[in-house]
Amino acid sequence: MGVGIQVDNLNAWYGSNHTLLDINLHIPANQATALIGPSGCGKSTFVRCLNRMHETNPVAKVTGSVRIGEIDIYADASPVEIRRRIGMVFQRPNPFPTMSIYDNVASGLKLNGFRNRRVTDEVVERSLQQAALWDEVKNDLKKKSGASLSGGQQQRLCIARALAVDPEVLLMDEPASALDPVSTAKIEDLIFQLKSQYTIVIVTHNMQQAARVAERTGFFLSGKLVEFDSTHKIFTNPGDKRTEDYITGRFG
Amino acid sequence: MPGPFDTPDPVKQTPPALPPGQEPSAIRKFLLSRGSSALADRGFRWLMIGCALSIFAIVALIATELVMRSQLTIAKFGLKFFFGTAWDPVNGDFGALPFIYGTLVSSAVALVIAVPLAVGVSIFITEMCPKFLRGPLSFLTELLAAIPSVVYGLWAIFVLVPLLREHVNPVLMKLFGWSGLFVEPNFGIGMLAAGVILSIMILPVISSLTREVMTSVPHSQREAVLALGATRWEMIRMGVLRNARIGIVGSIILGLGRALGETMAVTMVIGNRPDIVKNLLAPGYSMASVIANEFSEASDDMYLSALIEIGLALFIVTIIVNALARLLVWAVTRGAPARVN
Ligand SMILES: Nc1ncnc2c1ncn2[C@@H]1O[C@H](COP(=O)(O)OP(=O)(O)O)[C@@H](O)[C@H]1O
Ligand SMILES: [Mg+2]
Repeated sequence: MGVGIQVDNLNAWYGSNHTLLDINLHIPANQATALIGPSGCGKSTFVRCLNRMHETNPVAKVTGSVRIGEIDIYADASPVEIRRRIGMVFQRPNPFPTMSIYDNVASGLKLNGFRNRRVTDEVVERSLQQAALWDEVKNDLKKKSGASLSGGQQQRLCIARALAVDPEVLLMDEPASALDPVSTAKIEDLIFQLKSQYTIVIVTHNMQQAARVAERTGFFLSGKLVEFDSTHKIFTNPGDKRTEDYITGRFG
Repeated sequence: MPGPFDTPDPVKQTPPALPPGQEPSAIRKFLLSRGSSALADRGFRWLMIGCALSIFAIVALIATELVMRSQLTIAKFGLKFFFGTAWDPVNGDFGALPFIYGTLVSSAVALVIAVPLAVGVSIFITEMCPKFLRGPLSFLTELLAAIPSVVYGLWAIFVLVPLLREHVNPVLMKLFGWSGLFVEPNFGIGMLAAGVILSIMILPVISSLTREVMTSVPHSQREAVLALGATRWEMIRMGVLRNARIGIVGSIILGLGRALGETMAVTMVIGNRPDIVKNLLAPGYSMASVIANEFSEASDDMYLSALIEIGLALFIVTIIVNALARLLVWAVTRGAPARVN
């Protein structure tokens, strides 16, 4: 089951480049929340702050608080513990090329020392089914490498890998931007299926995608959260002129 | 001015007609006047094939020469030469086994020490070390490769051997004496000293290559593992080492090649006695060392022939070891394709 995310006064830097300025928002549990905005406005940086991946960059800095469920992730826990509870799917599919499909999905379990073969088998099957990939790969689970799949399949494999550790939150940074329309549609269906069980945060360039999958939408511009509201309101009656300009394509 | 390679192609098509009053530019004219270069291309291809074949030719030449020059012992001992343990130049009785044993064991000891060390150094340099230390540290490890082996030998005699004899060997004897690998006599020189000095010599070979392959593992692989909740060590194991393993094995093979053939430093500390004993503290001998030591004093033809056949044995052992290593790589990486990207 997913948990909500409360972000207060979040600021982030790359070196001296102040990338996120005073972000405040509440992401509700068990819903999909979309983040839109022009390139370079800080969407990726924002989601990377939610699982403390931002700080893996040596010049990065972050202040403020992020509460995931009951936990203040910057105060109460180590990044490793945080990331075990939060799944992440990256823009470019990054399956492990030296592992079979099965091992790719099981990697999170194996990493955390989970050894029960029978349960692992079940989790792998369930995750692949949730990711709508099971039927396509069930015959060569252990024969084929994760890198031998098509781009769309690789991305669904990465989603299965993230789901296998049963996360409370799933972060997706433009998960479909490198994919063809058919794979994109599959991934959107998937998000639709998954959001009743997980809290999903999805960054997207594609406004129709945000409108289709998300209950709530946030609009970022130059490191600031300009507007955050129900998707319906954002797309039909935005409160800010800049949001309106952006979604109607009148943006400079 | 057209050069010798610029002769126009005989079957060149006429250039497409230009609208009146428009001249093609100088560059366009030059390009149109050039032939198809098919001849040069073919020549280049044969040149490259020649280069590749010359490697085979050199290997074949070395092998035939070694065989031709060791006719005497090949005729006298046959295959038994490779399994014989006697080395008696006075009575003309020769066997290569103690030398083969010495070469293999000292190289194995070197690998056991150097591989973990080299991988550790590489992990530190690529994953943990502060940026400003990275350059100097890499440079220092590579510098080890530039030291001549006779200098290593001298250092081993004056520093390493006493250190082993006084401090390291007594501890090893106490802790692992039961295994039979570390027992009296403790001279300092011997198989272990040779292995240790070899390990230092092959360290830079293994670590510099290992470092290269580890750095070339894409960042997205590290992030994928981290996002699953991996600790730093787990990330290195699953995200870096696993992707780099072929390159690492390759670097180990290179290091092993160097260890098998190393002559000078080994001769200075291995003890130069053709015995086959389990005890690593006892003196031994290696193929390269015996050739270097005894070639100048080989008085009769049989002795000379035996030494050259030792060279042949070294050649064969090197080939077999390399083949086995390649087989290992193949066995490990069968199934899942191992390349990143
Ligand atoms: N690794 C990095 N190092 C330095 N600056 C970065 C890095 N990644 C992003 N930035 C900067 O941070 C800002 C926000 O980037 P990002 O969060 O990737 O935007 P988005 O995902 O919305 O396109 C940009 O100005 C970009 O130049
Ligand atoms: Mg981005």
